[in-house]
Amino acid sequence: MNDEFVPAQQGKGAAIPAAALDYAPLVLVPAVAIAMLPLVGSFPTWVTLTVAGLAMGMMIFIMASGLTLVFGLMDVLNFGHGAFVSVGAFAATLVLLPLGDWTQADSLALNLSAVGLAIVVAMVATAAVGWVFERLIVRRVYGQHLRQILVTMGGAIVTEQMIHVIWGAEQIPLPLPKALRGAFVMGDVAIEKYRLLAVAVGLVVFATMFLVLNRTRIGLLIRAGVENGPMVEALGYRIRRLFVGVFVAGSALAGLGGVLWGLYRETLTASMGGEIVVMVFIVIIIGGLGSVGGCFLGALLTALVANYAGFLAPKLALASNILLMVAILLWRPAGLYAVARR
Amino acid sequence: MRVIRSLLSDDVPRGRLLVALLAAILVGLAVVPFVAGGARALNTAATICVFIVLVASYDLLLGYAGIVSFAHTMFYGIGAYGVGLALGAMGPTWWAVFTGLATALTVTLVLALVIGLVSLRVRALFFAMITLAVASAFSVLASQLSDFTGGEDGRNFRVPEVLQPGYRLIESEIFGRAIDGRLLTYYLVLAVSVVLFLFLLRVVNSQFGRVLQAIRENDFRAEALGYRTVVYRTLANCIAALVATLAGALMALWLRYVGPKTVLSFEVMTDILLIVVIGGMGRMYGAVIGSVLFILAQNYLQLGMGRAAAQLVDWPWLARVIHPDRWMLWMGILFIACVYYFPTGIVGKLRGTAR
Repeated sequence: MNDEFVPAQQGKGAAIPAAALDYAPLVLVPAVAIAMLPLVGSFPTWVTLTVAGLAMGMMIFIMASGLTLVFGLMDVLNFGHGAFVSVGAFAATLVLLPLGDWTQADSLALNLSAVGLAIVVAMVATAAVGWVFERLIVRRVYGQHLRQILVTMGGAIVTEQMIHVIWGAEQIPLPLPKALRGAFVMGDVAIEKYRLLAVAVGLVVFATMFLVLNRTRIGLLIRAGVENGPMVEALGYRIRRLFVGVFVAGSALAGLGGVLWGLYRETLTASMGGEIVVMVFIVIIIGGLGSVGGCFLGALLTALVANYAGFLAPKLALASNILLMVAILLWRPAGLYAVARR
Repeated sequence: MRVIRSLLSDDVPRGRLLVALLAAILVGLAVVPFVAGGARALNTAATICVFIVLVASYDLLLGYAGIVSFAHTMFYGIGAYGVGLALGAMGPTWWAVFTGLATALTVTLVLALVIGLVSLRVRALFFAMITLAVASAFSVLASQLSDFTGGEDGRNFRVPEVLQPGYRLIESEIFGRAIDGRLLTYYLVLAVSVVLFLFLLRVVNSQFGRVLQAIRENDFRAEALGYRTVVYRTLANCIAALVATLAGALMALWLRYVGPKTVLSFEVMTDILLIVVIGGMGRMYGAVIGSVLFILAQNYLQLGMGRAAAQLVDWPWLARVIHPDRWMLWMGILFIACVYYFPTGIVGKLRGTAR
């Protein structure tokens, strides 16, 4: 029945026969990238587009991963996730603007430590907001989808308005630190430095998540909870507490994504999270609701296709996501990696 | 009495206060042009009429069928753009209005059918996400195809002569009010709104409406009883979308302008959502009460908030919180409180008895 599910510990005397790794979605991303090369025409442009797409994809993955995990574990889809992204970006200004000396100094170390500090502050802030959000808003509506959608939507409105109250209604400029501006030029190929940083952070997050989910006890419990929550509870684990942890971690990741996304845009508006959350939803639908691996591939795929489409047919850039989603759903109605039961 | 009952499809508003309020609203909307002469009052009244229809059609989805859609403004926008662009391209004739309307209704029907059939098979959540994605793509598309739609600035156009401000139906004034094209447009908007509202009331009180409510309560059971839930939900989606399209067309005729800010933006969508929940989900009269309160508050309460904020210069935090631009903060809090504590909204409270 669930031949698309990949157990982490394959073999090793397990009674259940290990399912084969599902390669098709893995191959899809490079295949799309290579297929676009002749269409784009010039190799340097293609490299620039691809790197930009990967960077964008990583940022979206960071924002989407928490959402998809929360959904997988507790069947809660948080429409307020976008507001967390905005909160993260605005919280970063608390560090980056006063530390103007660090960010404008011509030293990569100082620049990176300023950004690192901003990320820590943003993640702590969004984790706190997420915790409050879970307590006040989400907790009472488990299992009631209609009210869940409504109430998280209401929470998003209130959070967005609170950003206005705290930081004012004007948009805030957030310049990139000095050493991260500009691009590496190799021959005809130009790669923006900041995009490389985004790719690096995204890979670190993905690797960490992968290791936590597959190599730790807590990860084992989370995966078991996604697969069959009542069973895990019957074995004596408090899945509620686990869920709060995942919700808070997911919110912190949204904050991290918000910092990266804010630095990428270089101007902050309270609605920036709400704008990107549409992309995030498309990504988690494409990936298969609840699947982290699918979310990663979905994010890369969506961002790459959007970038190529933006270059080849600029007016169709956002419609391209919808077309991609329709195509994927026609191929696999439950997303790239369908999680059992969903 | 019997005529009224049958007009209301036997779904009479129970509770004296509610009846009195609804009657006051109807009379108020009917006499507004003669009582309050200003353009602002008339504009508020017309907006209320259009929103009652728009919100009631959304309530058919959210309150009666239990489906959350974020594409309702898209259909509203299709109606507005259909009429507006047709009037702009073909000149100010009734023929253009009908061509635009027919095109818009066709586009709406096709889109609503496709979205419904693709995503209503699965679950409420999925539908909400898909409609959000499609609607945002549509609004980006509308602002990017600027040669056609006028982009971010939108388009102004001329309406048929009878509806133009310069037109006079009769030379003399009645109750000190000239009988001009604006007045006629207002009564056109009001009349169509009343008809559409009564139509929606008929829909939710029909056999079809009962099945929708059964599906909302327990879709598995409804399916087991032999009702094809996908078909019913898709039909509800189509009806709601078509009515929203008509509401959009009315708004275009009233404003003589279409633009993404007024008919496509996500703010309009959140307004609809807030009105439905605050007014009362699953109660058509909630749309009436909710729209009136919300739009009156939007137009007049903000003035009061501005004055209050100006008084509070000594407490900058408090002043910021009640700044008129922050009124969505309070609406959001009210919204959350309604979902938790008054799931039946204002109308449910006024009716007193839970159904």
